[in-house]
Amino acid sequence: MIALVARELRLAWAGGAAVLPLVFFLLVATLFPFAVGPDGPLLARTGGGALWMAALLSALLPVDRLVAPDRAAGVLDQLALHGVSEEAVAVAKLAGHWLSFGPPLMLAALPAAALLKLPADVLARLEIGLALGTPGLAGLTVAVAALTASLRRSGALAGLLLLPLAVPLLIFGAGLVERGNAQGAPQLLAAVSLLFVAGAPFVAGAAIRAGRE
Amino acid sequence: MSAPLLRLDEVTLSRGGRRLVTGLSLALGAGEAAVLTGPNGVGKSSLIRLVAGLLRAEAGAVERTGAALADDQLALDARLRLGAALAFWARLSGREPAAGLAAMGIDHLADVPVRMLSTGQRKRAALARVVASDAPLWLLDEPANGLDTEGRGRLAALMAAHLAGGGAILAATHQPLGLERAREVALG
Repeated sequence: MIALVARELRLAWAGGAAVLPLVFFLLVATLFPFAVGPDGPLLARTGGGALWMAALLSALLPVDRLVAPDRAAGVLDQLALHGVSEEAVAVAKLAGHWLSFGPPLMLAALPAAALLKLPADVLARLEIGLALGTPGLAGLTVAVAALTASLRRSGALAGLLLLPLAVPLLIFGAGLVERGNAQGAPQLLAAVSLLFVAGAPFVAGAAIRAGRE
Repeated sequence: MSAPLLRLDEVTLSRGGRRLVTGLSLALGAGEAAVLTGPNGVGKSSLIRLVAGLLRAEAGAVERTGAALADDQLALDARLRLGAALAFWARLSGREPAAGLAAMGIDHLADVPVRMLSTGQRKRAALARVVASDAPLWLLDEPANGLDTEGRGRLAALMAAHLAGGGAILAATHQPLGLERAREVALG
């Protein structure tokens, strides 16, 4: 299992693929003030939600390199022959994907928050929300990547599948940024995230098996 | 006699609504080999994938022990050096990768990235993974494709050694593999 996760991390960093979502995230944070104007209080009020949108979209970027290349190269078949279940492969991909984009995204949120003039307490709530929500986002991405792996040019379809499912994460994540611990936003965010993390390996595993037929 | 390493019992296989194999029964014990023959598209590769557990039979049962598969998909990370790419799989089977490299005569390529390998070298690498696994049943889909005379000689020697060591081989091929006493299963 450790070898599988290590392989996912190596693939993620090979050729700088893992840097792309970060650059995208920071780019959105840079562009947002240009769009709404340099109004400090307005940026501080809306910036948290904008960063959640950016996180959501940047998690989607690697969706076409998570499962499809391994399927095409026969890696998934060989793993099955080596006695690794499809669900275990999906767990490894989830862990590898989260490690390659979750913590770096939380680091990138620091300069992004500075660009948007977010106050310290808002930034802290954003970081807590990202820590709770990005595992669920990684789970969704792996599940959608497995579902669309056998289709050609599936990038847009993957977006259409993933983004509606990510709505609960967005609502509770942005709610946590805006209103803090009131109304149980962190608990609900954690619950949704846990649901996605727990369900994704089974969805992805079944999708990988079905993709062989 | 001990339990067979592979047993197909009245297996029926369909792909894309087309019946490829009907009611095929086959048993391979230790030291036995079978060669699937037949024209292109008759279902040799599909039958190999079925035995590997990657496809499901429409009817019938497949029982087998641990198997290693070499088909036309390399399944090695293109950016890695060949030695490291094979070591990933060897570690999963708990074996030393160097044995497979030396056996296929490509130990001098261990430091070459996988994407730089030629067709024949790729085929040798795929076979090296099979050799390095400890699986008693080898599933070989066109194992001699792309190999030169020297490579085919190595393959024949390795297969003979595997059978002598109590293994079994199921191969699909169009060309003679040098497997003596292999049963021929003609499809189609």
